[in-house]
Amino acid sequence: MADSDQVILTMTGISRAFPGVQALQDVDFNLRRGEIHALMGENGAGKSTLIKVLTGVEHPDSGVITLDGKVVQVKSPQHAQELGISTVYQEINLCPNLTVAENIMIGREPHRAGRIDWKAMNRQAREILLRLDVDIDVTQTLGSYSVAIQQMAAIVRALDITSAKILILDEPTSSLDAYETDQLFQVMRKLKSQGTAIIFITHFIDQVYEISDRITVLRNGKLVGVYDTDALPQLELISNMLGRIVVDLDDVSRHKAARAHDASADPLMQARGLGSTGAIDPFDLDLYAGEVMGFAGLLGSGRTEIANLLFGVDKPDQGTLTLGGQPVRKFSPLASIERGVALSPEDRKAAGIVDDLSVRENIVLAIQASRGWFRYLSSAKQSEIADKYIKLLNIVTPSAEQPVKNLSGGNQQKVILARWLATNPQVLILDEPTRGIDVGAKAEIQKLVVALADEGKACIFISSELEEVLRCSNKVVVLRDQEKISELSGDEMNEDVIMRTIAGS
Amino acid sequence: MTRTFKIDRKFVPMLATIGLFAAGYLLGAIQYPGMRSPQTFFNLFIDNAFLLIASTGLTLVIISGGIDLSVGAVIALTSVAAAHLMEKVGLSSLLVIPLMLLMGAAFGGLMGGIIHYFKVQPFIVTLAGMFFARGMSFFISLDAITITDPFYRTLSLARIHLIGKSFVSVHVIVALVVLAVAMYLAHLTRFGRTIYAMGGNEQSARLMGLNVGRTKVQVYMLSGFCSALAGLVFSNNLLSGHGLYANGLEMEAIAAVIIGGTLLTGGVGYVFGTLFGVLVNGLIQVLIIFNGELSSWWTRIVIGLLTLVFIVVQSAFSSWKKRQTGIRPARKKAASAADTSPG
Amino acid sequence: MAQSNSLWNRFKANQVFWPLVALGLIMLFNALFTPNFFRLEIKEGHLFGSLIDILNRGAPLMILAVGMTMVIATEGVDLSVGAVAAISAAVATVLINPALGQQLIASDKLVENVTATPLPVVILAALFVATLCGVWNGMLVSRGNIQPMVATLVLMVAGRGIAQLITGGQIITVYYTPYFVIGNGYLAGVPFALFIVAGVSLAAWLLTRKTAIGMFVESVGINVRSSFYSGVNEKNIKLLVYTFCGFCAGIAGLIVSSNVKSADANNAGLGFELDAILAVVIGGTLMTGGRFSLLASIIGALVIQSMTTTMYAIGVPAMAAQAVKAVVVMAVILLYSEQFRSVVGRVFGRRKEVRS
Repeated sequence: MADSDQVILTMTGISRAFPGVQALQDVDFNLRRGEIHALMGENGAGKSTLIKVLTGVEHPDSGVITLDGKVVQVKSPQHAQELGISTVYQEINLCPNLTVAENIMIGREPHRAGRIDWKAMNRQAREILLRLDVDIDVTQTLGSYSVAIQQMAAIVRALDITSAKILILDEPTSSLDAYETDQLFQVMRKLKSQGTAIIFITHFIDQVYEISDRITVLRNGKLVGVYDTDALPQLELISNMLGRIVVDLDDVSRHKAARAHDASADPLMQARGLGSTGAIDPFDLDLYAGEVMGFAGLLGSGRTEIANLLFGVDKPDQGTLTLGGQPVRKFSPLASIERGVALSPEDRKAAGIVDDLSVRENIVLAIQASRGWFRYLSSAKQSEIADKYIKLLNIVTPSAEQPVKNLSGGNQQKVILARWLATNPQVLILDEPTRGIDVGAKAEIQKLVVALADEGKACIFISSELEEVLRCSNKVVVLRDQEKISELSGDEMNEDVIMRTIAGS
Repeated sequence: MTRTFKIDRKFVPMLATIGLFAAGYLLGAIQYPGMRSPQTFFNLFIDNAFLLIASTGLTLVIISGGIDLSVGAVIALTSVAAAHLMEKVGLSSLLVIPLMLLMGAAFGGLMGGIIHYFKVQPFIVTLAGMFFARGMSFFISLDAITITDPFYRTLSLARIHLIGKSFVSVHVIVALVVLAVAMYLAHLTRFGRTIYAMGGNEQSARLMGLNVGRTKVQVYMLSGFCSALAGLVFSNNLLSGHGLYANGLEMEAIAAVIIGGTLLTGGVGYVFGTLFGVLVNGLIQVLIIFNGELSSWWTRIVIGLLTLVFIVVQSAFSSWKKRQTGIRPARKKAASAADTSPG
Repeated sequence: MAQSNSLWNRFKANQVFWPLVALGLIMLFNALFTPNFFRLEIKEGHLFGSLIDILNRGAPLMILAVGMTMVIATEGVDLSVGAVAAISAAVATVLINPALGQQLIASDKLVENVTATPLPVVILAALFVATLCGVWNGMLVSRGNIQPMVATLVLMVAGRGIAQLITGGQIITVYYTPYFVIGNGYLAGVPFALFIVAGVSLAAWLLTRKTAIGMFVESVGINVRSSFYSGVNEKNIKLLVYTFCGFCAGIAGLIVSSNVKSADANNAGLGFELDAILAVVIGGTLMTGGRFSLLASIIGALVIQSMTTTMYAIGVPAMAAQAVKAVVVMAVILLYSEQFRSVVGRVFGRRKEVRS
């Protein structure tokens, strides 16, 4: 049914490697006129690299891009625009302090008698927006409108400036509410009817089914498949995205089987109706000493939001949290550290490592923060702690004095783990601790988590990889659309049930 | 499109300053009969013409997201260099004036170039520029030079009569022309809109295909030009040049720009507002003089406090606005909640 | 051999290396062109000579550089140090001589060792007010979330007005010899101010390297978010560095006013903020925050001071010397700028290509 003259873009055999990672491996992709094509995959699947190749930000190591029947080499983002490929990113690349009209028109604004003709500019901008049924006052600053409207202004600019044939929307709905999303979808349908080909990247499964015609799924830099949306059950989509990685980790599983918390004990950490508007719906949670609780759910499902609430990075606006029976009143990372809670954050670079500081300093940072300014650990003591964890976690570094930025991703992750282990926490929350690191380091970290639970600590393990979550956890909390929807244990804990729960079937 | 008469929120800071100035002047006029004379009002313009010129150039720099600390020093350098060329070298003022303006623009352009091409923070570069310009003026002359050029003198003493006996100097006309040109540039040319776009989000402005680099160099060039012109007005007023002139003026100019409603972080503000920032500055001095009991240093304290108020209010306002419309945490889609019931 | 080699490499990698090279070059220049530059004499039991002069005159700047280093390390800047120094000088001199100047000058008999307030109280009061100014800046930056440059600009503008308010707009002259010791006195043949520098530097060193503060300052300057996630209270760290910077500016103000035996609200500490920032920049601490070295900043201050002194020595007028300083400083900043290096590298690279 793929009529060849309908196809506007084909990418064949695209590969791209970065040091240590094969980001794309022999990936094919094609796009038709007037279709909305969803590009799906978890973190590290290769979506963004594929888009970067298409928009000229990255150059492929191998592979061919054919646009309108002609082989092209996309040299730069500017070149991509000239070819008719426009991108609108999640962070809107417009100026919030200029008016909507200016944001749409600047660069080719109408002039009269040597000056900008504001009247004509406003009229033209308004007409362009009206063509997409968006009726707003274009003389107001862009910043005074909702993100959805800003998004649309960005789309209008992207399309109109180049008369784009292909529009790439990178996570456009992640900060829109239901109404705004509908507004955006109307615009997308309108564009589709005008023949524009749209690549739609999102992590909201429902939206994919609502708007897209076809779906391409990537996983670990490889193409999993291309499907017609109507013919692909949600469950299959999710299992395609999450996949399985086979790692020899018998050790981990064996350990786990022998471990079960004392049912009569009181939970170590208990949340009742804890929630934060706009981030995570109220949830209950009981975490016991000696257990690993896994969080399963897609990106954006609320996993990280729960972690941030429990650690006090974000403050809840409802509900209660108790730790060891004591109600928690002060929500801040420092207070959490003092309570014996630790969080290894999702974004290792932005919120984890302090890249110019040495491995030693990175390791002692949290423990020193909990000791305050003046109870300073002597440098001998610091080195002792650092060396202990370098050895314990097998951190590969020339010395403890090496700036942490010189270490590989996996070793940086271990340094962050070391930072938290050094504080001797009761509760350890690990948000995507194995992302972007090699298989060996992954296995080490998984073993470590299980071993920590054996020592009587309570762990929360968050990962996009279902297999990994299942292997390490005694219980699995399933999240979807910023809501805790289920808690599974025992026999229910298998991929099938989890995927069904996420898919909502 | 229905047009209702309402004050646009973006004009609020500027209108507040205009209101402040009007109210201050009115109260002064009620209190002190001397302030009711039209000449007192015009003197505000005469005395602050050079400050207005310098602040106008600075406004554009600040809107673009930068800063120019060399303003006062360039004024001093221009005054000395002009005096030296006229008195010691013997050049005609008709030649010296364009030469000085060229020098100012070139100096500004050089700083803009370093800022843009070598990615050094504007305040560091213009700080060095400030040192350099002040130092150079003392290389030229350690002492004040009196200017005797006939044309320069005529210009200095020229009076333009307005209502009755009251008058303004040529400097006022020059300053108002500069203001008008700057307003035209800011609002009716792509150059001006690029300045705003850069101040709002430089990265975005670049991605929107605007020529950020060239505009950045040009805006510092313009500021250098304005400072040199302000220096000419300053020296024309005093008929002399000296390296110590306009000491700390950059701070007064920055305060005037902020009080005029321009956001020091860039992207928001109006050149027209700066006029009133300068006038408020002048008014405070006038009020203190008429009061007779308060000492002159209260000017600085009041200006500092006013600056603080404007900064704090605007910073609070922008963070409030960010909460209203900025990046919100991801919201779930209501429709999907119906699919599953919580487990 | 190999060991000395690695020692040399470690020294080269140290932050003090390039500032020392700069200082060395200036000294070399002096050795060649300034007669008697290195001559040290002992007159009346005191050390005299150009080198001592540089150290003595550089004392306020070195102290300011110490305070400014910590502020810049948190990715901030304090533009108000000059104004704060003026306030501190004003407080001290008014407390010593509350008659506001002119009467005392008029009558000869009052030119004697008098103070209206005991000296320790004078010093404590001046430093207290200066520290308070630092707290004010710190609160605006850490609690008010105002950009450092903007927040400290306020005090820079208003501060001199406040200083004038304190002195009643007069240049206050003091005639109290013990007060002169701070900026003019000698202890064991060495200028007293150097002992103050040593004291402040030692205190700052202990504060940053013998407590966790130094590590927290660097960590906040490198990555605020990671620091927050690790439990570092970044707000208090910022408050502390601005407070300390205010304190340092207060000491600098005392030294300057003691040195000239008066306080001039308009001119005391003029240009301090610029010199202090430049000293830190020459010292290799990045304006974008992070790793800092107090010693490198102190050497940076000496580089600036010796440049100034050298130019006086070869007959460049004091005010004109600023221009030369500006050029040198710009050159140093450009050398540190990666952009500049890459542009120069490209130019040279191209040239090589053409040749080969």
